[in-house]
Amino acid sequence: MSDFLSAPYVLEYTYTRSTGPVIARFLESLRYGVLEGVKTADGRVLCPPLEYDEAGTATTGEFVQLRPAGTVKSWTWVPKPRKGHPLDRPFAFALIQIDGTDNAMVHLVDAEKPKRMKTGMRVRVRWAEERNGTIRDIACFEPVLPYLPGPVHLQYDVRPGQHYTAFLKGLEEGKLIGGCDPQSGKVYVPPRAADPVTGDPTSEYVEVADTGVLTTFTIIRIPFEGQKLKPPYCFGAIVLDGADMPIYHLISGVPYDQIRMGMRVKAKWKPREQWETSLENILYFEPTGEPDAPFESYEEHL
Amino acid sequence: MAEQCAVIGIGQTKHRESRRDVSMPGLIRIAALQALEDADMAFEDVDAIVIGTAPDMFEGIMMPELFLADALGAAGKPIFRVHTAGSVGGSTAVVASHLVQAGVHEKVLTVAFEKQSESNAMWALSPAIPFQPQLVAGAGGYFAPLMRSYIRRADAHPDTGCMVAVKDRAHGMLNPYAHLHLDQSLEEVKAAPMLWDPIRYSETCPSSDGAVAMVLVDDKHAKRVKNPAWVRGTSVRTERTFFAGRDQVNPRAGQQCAKDVYDQAGITNPLSEIDCAEIYVPFSWFEPMWLENLGFAEEGLGWKMTMEGQTKLGANMPINMSGGVMCTNPIGASGMLRFAEAARQVRGTADKHQVDGAKVAVGHAYGGGSQFFAMWIVSSER
Repeated sequence: MSDFLSAPYVLEYTYTRSTGPVIARFLESLRYGVLEGVKTADGRVLCPPLEYDEAGTATTGEFVQLRPAGTVKSWTWVPKPRKGHPLDRPFAFALIQIDGTDNAMVHLVDAEKPKRMKTGMRVRVRWAEERNGTIRDIACFEPVLPYLPGPVHLQYDVRPGQHYTAFLKGLEEGKLIGGCDPQSGKVYVPPRAADPVTGDPTSEYVEVADTGVLTTFTIIRIPFEGQKLKPPYCFGAIVLDGADMPIYHLISGVPYDQIRMGMRVKAKWKPREQWETSLENILYFEPTGEPDAPFESYEEHL
Repeated sequence: MAEQCAVIGIGQTKHRESRRDVSMPGLIRIAALQALEDADMAFEDVDAIVIGTAPDMFEGIMMPELFLADALGAAGKPIFRVHTAGSVGGSTAVVASHLVQAGVHEKVLTVAFEKQSESNAMWALSPAIPFQPQLVAGAGGYFAPLMRSYIRRADAHPDTGCMVAVKDRAHGMLNPYAHLHLDQSLEEVKAAPMLWDPIRYSETCPSSDGAVAMVLVDDKHAKRVKNPAWVRGTSVRTERTFFAGRDQVNPRAGQQCAKDVYDQAGITNPLSEIDCAEIYVPFSWFEPMWLENLGFAEEGLGWKMTMEGQTKLGANMPINMSGGVMCTNPIGASGMLRFAEAARQVRGTADKHQVDGAKVAVGHAYGGGSQFFAMWIVSSER
């Protein structure tokens, strides 16, 4: 191909455009963030304004101020903007009928994705930050959404109460404290102000083991809002030795397909210097390697 | 009880992932107006309004009944809200029926709703409260271990959950109001990704926006329509989330709720005396679990009823004819949708998902950690 000569060439020049009185007025209003249309001899309103309408009649030169919003009559999506396009991200070219007018304006809609574009949708003008009396003073149109953010912010002081505090203080020393209602003899971890079965406080504190039986569990594979851990991870019910009901915690230190009901597990504690008044002092429970507990021994806790 | 109570009007919105086309007042008004039209009534005919929706965190609005009063024509009338987590739609209808039965009001409008798209229920269920271990599992993660326990205890066929999903989605195809219209094969359901073992994506309910309303009246006003659904029994029961010896698979509060409502309606054999039931199944495995909890199957045998196809429309014990929660889940409304479907069945107005000749139907809802229960039995006979 070297037989053919080639050289780049750019043809570029800024011409001068005389706007005429009608377009001049329209553009000058844009400079001040005002959208105007012109009235035709037969009483219609055009925006963008024209000097002469489609019937060849001169428009009246009488202007009306318009609400800078309208309705999309038709549109096409531009997935890959080109260099000369006003936006550098995907957008829609749209035919927009400004409220109170009888024609439509070609402009663009910054809608992020084509799913958000719909014929008949409401859009509003997004004004350019710096305006200089050109059509680019309208940076683009943006969808008018029928909803708005509703922030809620509530602040509390949380006091865990007498019995839960005993549990938390125990954790600070690496102990798991349960509470026993003397009447039922059942040990709750953490202790409670009332045993739901008897209604009496679980006021006799006892230390339970950091070993127990994994009664049932799930493997969480879905990400969701507010989640602290990265899936997959295992979440299980553990009846600690000496307790009469399960606590819930993470199960780890073993491949997920080897986790099973009845597995004997032991708490994996954080390094001692990191202990706080929190169940998070225990990172997770891991297998002890002992034989599994028989189903009958934990069935009542399911 | 002094008065009989009948459902004479039922209305609901088209349920969708997002009803951004309407405000919250606009949403409930659609259902309320439809129910009133069905009852041949107008707002001015209503004596009192009972409204139900899920916990405030689900929508971020405290006491929503206050700003919703005008949309329900409640100015100058008693209006109050019922609040029992996921079972709220059911207990709201129960409270409304009690106002009629007690003779306090003759004509009560009851409405339940949820606009899930305005919030994030998974976020609302996992707050990081100081001193408390965060529930790191999400809703499905909380219930999945219970299903594992059920499967182990009943030695259930592993496909049972998938069979429920296929069946409920097939029923939902017949219901134009349902959120999901999915024609799914067993193979497609089984091929869906596992979210919380043993719960697959295809075995979970959607998150919906929607509302439902009913008009409940006493004897005198029941004559407004040809086909009232008579309330033959109502019950609400609750138990704590955790206590020593709690049976989480087959909760005692659920069993007692069922026994209470059957006793009121004079039912001794639910399987033969009840024609169909709408029960609260947000995860497919709850169908066999509730079949046992509600006495339709013996303990450990619920999954067999499902696997044998006994719970399909046209079979002997149709369950969730509308497609159920598996197709439509505006949480606060989900319980009342079950109650309303039971009433539609005995009124003979369930269109394409009508059970032929249904005379007695059960509506059921549960909430929280399988701990709040609400039920009613409705009949075409007074």
